[in-house]
Amino acid sequence: MSVPEKLQYPVIPLIREDAAVSDRSYQAKPELMQALGYPGELPTDWKNKVLASMKQQLEKSRALRVFMDSCVQCGACTDKCHYFLGGGDANNMPVARQNLFRSVYRRYFTLAGRWFPWLVGARELTRDVLDEWFNYFHQCSECRRCSVYCPVGIDTSEVTMAGREILSSVGIGQKNTQNVINKVNTIGNNLGMPTAALKDTLAGLEEDLLDETGIPIALPLDQAGAEILLVVPSADFFAEPHVDGLLGCVKVLHASGLSWTFSSVASEAANFGLFSGSHEQMKNIAKRIREAAQQLKVKRIVFGECGHAWRVAYNYLHKLAGPFDFLDQDYPIPQHILEVTVDLIRTEQIVLDKSRNDEYVVTYHDSCNVARGAGLGAEVGGQFEIPREVLRSVCNHFHEMPQGSTHAETFCCGAGGGLLTDELMQTRKQGALPRMSALQQVVENNGVTHMVAICAICKSQFSRIMPEYGYEMDQVLSMHQLVGNALVLEQ
Amino acid sequence: MLEVNGRVYPTDEEGYLENISDWSEAIAEAMAAADDIKLSEAHWDILRFLREYYHEYEIAPAVRVLTKAVGRRLGKDKGNSKYLYNLFPDGPGKQACRYAGLPKPTGCV
Repeated sequence: MSVPEKLQYPVIPLIREDAAVSDRSYQAKPELMQALGYPGELPTDWKNKVLASMKQQLEKSRALRVFMDSCVQCGACTDKCHYFLGGGDANNMPVARQNLFRSVYRRYFTLAGRWFPWLVGARELTRDVLDEWFNYFHQCSECRRCSVYCPVGIDTSEVTMAGREILSSVGIGQKNTQNVINKVNTIGNNLGMPTAALKDTLAGLEEDLLDETGIPIALPLDQAGAEILLVVPSADFFAEPHVDGLLGCVKVLHASGLSWTFSSVASEAANFGLFSGSHEQMKNIAKRIREAAQQLKVKRIVFGECGHAWRVAYNYLHKLAGPFDFLDQDYPIPQHILEVTVDLIRTEQIVLDKSRNDEYVVTYHDSCNVARGAGLGAEVGGQFEIPREVLRSVCNHFHEMPQGSTHAETFCCGAGGGLLTDELMQTRKQGALPRMSALQQVVENNGVTHMVAICAICKSQFSRIMPEYGYEMDQVLSMHQLVGNALVLEQ
Repeated sequence: MLEVNGRVYPTDEEGYLENISDWSEAIAEAMAAADDIKLSEAHWDILRFLREYYHEYEIAPAVRVLTKAVGRRLGKDKGNSKYLYNLFPDGPGKQACRYAGLPKPTGCV
């Protein structure tokens, strides 16, 4: 008989009634909603509109309908959401979050609920319900952790995304998400960085690379005929530690000898249409990438380190913006930068000196959208193994965080799904608790100094939140920063 | 809303000026004072650069662009994020942009 290895004792909080009820996203202004094709204000017949929009969502998404009907309220998900674990509000238990929607579904879309609402947990749709939806559907980071533990596989993110789109249809939108989508529509990327600023930024980065390596390495923009279109989150141009990862990607592509380019049309990998729950918006944002690829006559599209960009691209790019018959069919369409890098490592086309990263003792944060929303490479589980294979190839000191906090069970950083906005700071701090606790364990046991991530939101969230938990903001790193450090470039 | 010297200026929920043309040095000082920060010449150097850059490119400079510009003007030891965070503890991108009258950077930053 074997004795199981001792684990960190998980602390499940007692319920703190309504603890997060006032943690509310800013609402988008009427002008913003109108610019995006939604009503600016709540229409007088809002109730009919909401029900019509619900009906539409339920007809469009068979998953949503099945999720509404198949939950047996078993409670397996109750202690799986990082926002519940960090804050204790019962409505942040996934089943309770879904029930905010399910109760209305039962009242208006099931026979039992229409006749005997008191027997089946059905409730009237009132103005207060909309407020509750707005609050708690924007305290879900769409990370899908709960779905891993659900015996019937219910995915809360499908429910909250549908709920957000229903709210938008009556003029209630989240400022952060809708503002970003409007900037993509009007300027071309989430930051709102015009082409001239992008050019200036890229020129500056070329100088930095030359200073650092002594080699002229170009960051080309709109170079027609290049082999690869590289699409990265615009945060990679703007923020730290993102930009260090971007420079690592650029070094890898340089070393590979492949020609590549950025595009001013598709200067953003992210697709906040996933966060607003709008299929239309998701489609419009995805289309730019196809347009750019056609204009520039590239053969491959490669995505940079961005979690939900990859979730959208991996699952839906063909459906949203296909066909991609004009690309080289011998490569995955689309491809992730880690797939490119791991191929180059396996075929020894790049030379690595991992001792250059000896100052770092690292652990790896599986970004939720890659871990649970997508795959990497041809093998099942590649989204877990490829990042680790790359990390081990470029770094001598790597330690896993505790079981239950990695791979498919990874915790969201606490700011995904449109929650990376400052008015939700309390939610973000609380949501980071499970990840910070897991990190603490490897810091104490293994002397871990840095945590590596492959998502722009994770990086921004951790560099803001880690100081709150007693770390330094620069203890989160981009994966490709380490790759770039280890890469031996030919002079 | 922000009241400075008897005049009221519209701001968004987080205190960023709605109209960039409303900005004045007095407004920057009032915003900083509300955070218990007294603007020194080192602060002004950053704020002026942000405004110049925004005037030319319609966006705040990326962190690297900013740190490099600071490094060039004030010496390499100051051309880094640590220096900027010492001046603007809530972050150069957000806090300094607000004092400079620029809109808040959006997206995954």
